[in-house]
Amino acid sequence: MTPAEPQIERGAIEPALAEEFPSLTLLYCVIAARAGRSPRAVRDQLKHLSDRLYGERAIKMRREPVAHAYRVFFRHIGLDPDESRTPAEALVVERLRAGRFASGGLVEDAVTIATIETGAALRAIDAGAIDGKLGLRGSRPGERLGGGAGMPLPAGTIVVADRRRPLCPLFGELASISDVSRASRRVALCAVGVDGVPSLVVEEGLWKCATIIAAES
Amino acid sequence: MAELTLARPVRIHTDDAAARRSLRDQIAKLERELATLFTSAYPRRGIDWCVGGHGGPRLLGIVDLEVLRDDLAIRVSDAHATLRERHDAERANVLLIERMLERPASFKWVRVSAEDVGERGCKHWHCRPRLGIIGMMLGWWRVKISSGCP
Repeated sequence: MTPAEPQIERGAIEPALAEEFPSLTLLYCVIAARAGRSPRAVRDQLKHLSDRLYGERAIKMRREPVAHAYRVFFRHIGLDPDESRTPAEALVVERLRAGRFASGGLVEDAVTIATIETGAALRAIDAGAIDGKLGLRGSRPGERLGGGAGMPLPAGTIVVADRRRPLCPLFGELASISDVSRASRRVALCAVGVDGVPSLVVEEGLWKCATIIAAES
Repeated sequence: MAELTLARPVRIHTDDAAARRSLRDQIAKLERELATLFTSAYPRRGIDWCVGGHGGPRLLGIVDLEVLRDDLAIRVSDAHATLRERHDAERANVLLIERMLERPASFKWVRVSAEDVGERGCKHWHCRPRLGIIGMMLGWWRVKISSGCP
């Protein structure tokens, strides 16, 4: 049976951000997921991906249009892409360091496969921890990551947030409450689109990731 | 007496958003140039490619963007200069290898590695005597090309 098409939603972008970055988008879809060990088919796919990737790709990657667009956006928002690496580059560097893409469970593996194959910046969030719709905005003074006792955020940090609280800095570490765990039953797959990354690439990344998870859950 | 009237001061409206857009375009161009240099520099090592972040992720103001643009421009310029120096040194080493091959006896014990000519691997050109000490005494010098690591 073919899994149902994921329903992709468009996250709200704060007007100040949208004005500065008209192409900035946050697309996400919420799907049912079994957050556990990856089935053999997914682990095999990960292995094939490892075998196809060499150091040469890591060197040339920053000249690829999608990877380059993310690097430029990182610069534009004050991140150093050689320190806080773009999602695809971080995976490639980790693959070279570890010698392979290590399996980290179905959801993580699906995100890895989709990120490497499309270049889109993807991430999975535990949908159970999300209240309302997701969006991108600047953090307010005194706000903490994940709300409550989370890490304090400098005011104006661009964050992925739900109706109540910031869940993670854009391209940063997730608040522990929104991390996908074994207890997660539904995950929100998010993709960030920036200037220079065709929306088709972002949607394909989401679709690919959702399809892998849906097929194996 | 003629009345002196003072003209109203002229107000200059500056479009900050347009300035930021322009700076972001310049940053994108410089980042592309830096990426091209980084790719073309491989396998050369020891070149500094780092341009620090600015406390992101956040919206950068004009001053931050200007500083970032300048840092990138300096890094690109430094990388160009370093690569030019390396290219010159590598070209000189290629010529040295050619001369070593022509007249090995004039370059006793000289050793040039692949890295010295901007190539990958552990290959090296080493000017040494044939048959060890006998060759040394009889002047039988040659360039031995090692393919490097097994």
